[in-house]
Amino acid sequence: MLEKALIGSKKYYGLVILLLIIIGGGFYFYLRQLTYGLGITGMSRDVSWGLYIAQFTFLVGVAASAVMVVLPYYLHNYKAFGRITILGEFLAVACVAMCLTFIIVDLGQPARAFNVLLYPSPSSILFWDMVVLNGYLLLNIVIGWTVLASERKSVPPPTWVKPLIYISIPLAVSIHTVTAFIYAGLPGRGFWLTAIMAPRFLASAFASGPALLILMCFIIRRFTRFDPGKEAMQNLARIVTYAMAVSVFFVLLEIFTVFYSQIPEHMHPFEYLFAGLEGHEKLVPWMWTSAILAIASLILLINPVTRRKEGILAVACVAVFASLWIEKGLGLVITGFIPSSLGRVFEYSPTGPEVIITLGVWAMGFLILTVLYKIAVTVKEEIAA
Amino acid sequence: MKTDRRGFLKIGGIGILGFAARPLMDVLLKGDLVEASPEADALTGKRWAMAVNVNKCKEGCRDCIAACHSVHNVPDLGNPKDEVKWIWTEPYKKVFPEQEQEFSTRGNKPVVVLCNHCDNPPCVRVCPTKATFKRRDGIVMMDYHRCIGCRFCMAACPYGSRSLNWRDPRPFIKKINPDFPTRMRGVVEKCDFCGERIAKGLIPACVEACKEKALVFGNLKDSGAEVREVLRASHTIRRRPELGTGPQIYYLV
Repeated sequence: MLEKALIGSKKYYGLVILLLIIIGGGFYFYLRQLTYGLGITGMSRDVSWGLYIAQFTFLVGVAASAVMVVLPYYLHNYKAFGRITILGEFLAVACVAMCLTFIIVDLGQPARAFNVLLYPSPSSILFWDMVVLNGYLLLNIVIGWTVLASERKSVPPPTWVKPLIYISIPLAVSIHTVTAFIYAGLPGRGFWLTAIMAPRFLASAFASGPALLILMCFIIRRFTRFDPGKEAMQNLARIVTYAMAVSVFFVLLEIFTVFYSQIPEHMHPFEYLFAGLEGHEKLVPWMWTSAILAIASLILLINPVTRRKEGILAVACVAVFASLWIEKGLGLVITGFIPSSLGRVFEYSPTGPEVIITLGVWAMGFLILTVLYKIAVTVKEEIAA
Repeated sequence: MKTDRRGFLKIGGIGILGFAARPLMDVLLKGDLVEASPEADALTGKRWAMAVNVNKCKEGCRDCIAACHSVHNVPDLGNPKDEVKWIWTEPYKKVFPEQEQEFSTRGNKPVVVLCNHCDNPPCVRVCPTKATFKRRDGIVMMDYHRCIGCRFCMAACPYGSRSLNWRDPRPFIKKINPDFPTRMRGVVEKCDFCGERIAKGLIPACVEACKEKALVFGNLKDSGAEVREVLRASHTIRRRPELGTGPQIYYLV
């Protein structure tokens, strides 16, 4: 089926070439980072994880959200999602590929990455994150590809895929839980030391992932002859609504615990995020944007009249995605380090090369997504024809 | 013997599984205990610790820092973003935030800080390659050749005792000490309690360099050791003991 990715319209080629150019730019600066070191980024002794690890954290969520279409379809036999499960699975593949690339890009000595396999350390959460991420990637490639191939031949998928699908459901939950554990179990990092970290991650994931999937459905319907179906999209919108409401609720729970207990170590990071600390307030405008987008999206999504209007739904989905990208992809990781363990407020902002490398990895993910969606959609168009 | 394709694949598959078995058994059978380095013979039954007498510490004196950083080829990159440090000073109120009180005069007094060589080190727990490990004598060590530069240990250390070489440190070493390795970019480093010196029967460089005798290094398991004398005679505090890391630097304030 891979050959279907090679034949396409001018617009398709244009998109692929554009993504390749961005990837090339990112790769060029990555080579410079390899020779110079991570000092090319804005990270420091105080804020030792930055944009790369933040993107990884956000994208794990988007990847995990595939389960929101896989589970209703395979466990509850909800037929309307049958048309889009493949889109969810391929979205997961692209996102996990980005996650793994962001981890590699963030390593000081990437040539030694295989030390994680050569000297496996079960006590390290990073070891388990590698295990579940690679497992989830492999499963989604195999499941998506096999099911699509059977669909193309109009035969039922082989029986051996069923157990793999069932395994992929808890694995989707585990990739985000294990990623939350990277942060949640560290002593002396008040911002991350919260048992609600994993549920918070899952709630925001089940909002941001399906929101992106809805947007993808709009794009596919606009540019191809394949229609993902209004019912499927509307039900995805319901999932986004519930998940976003829960996600906002969880953040409010954190804020209550922190500010009612008045423990300074736990309050300072939140103050840094929303009000600024000791005159440092780089993230403040971002976080308020995120908060406003979250509230606006909830108003649009909870009201059934606005949710059912497709144009408004698209706007709400963009708001959900942007709001959660700011929350996880900017705020969560960096703020864990501010103030530092020695009480110093040392701000972080990504450098130019760091931003271009990040864009390069995103472009790589979108290229994988474009190619996989091209194949899936072409097969679906053939079946319909 | 006739081998059809199916049979060949079966044997091949089992063969590949065999290769996977060894690392898998390593994970399942071996805990995260790391054996002490070979010179451990001389160190058995020891638990190294340090006492810091903050009152004896002369303001403005940097002898211990200079000695440590020159012996260990610690680079001076000259900016807070890229800096690497093994031992340095911080104001009292930052070192002991839970002990801060408004009317004390010692709030801004500089206090020497270094790796605490914890009994229960979070950095060792989180390291995905065992590049950082705890020896039987309590020293938390770094293997600069094993480290992949993921910086999980930096996130886990509640004392900010670890640095990454954000760039090649070698051009920033004023005078290279050929007896100690320099590091390459992209690896984490920190105080190693002068493991290389105590293997030769020497005390840590910082302790040796302190003219005021503010630093006392010794074996906690030896009841006659000077460090034990300090712990018996005076009230000492540790950095953030409530975290359960068991820091082994004792401060006499």
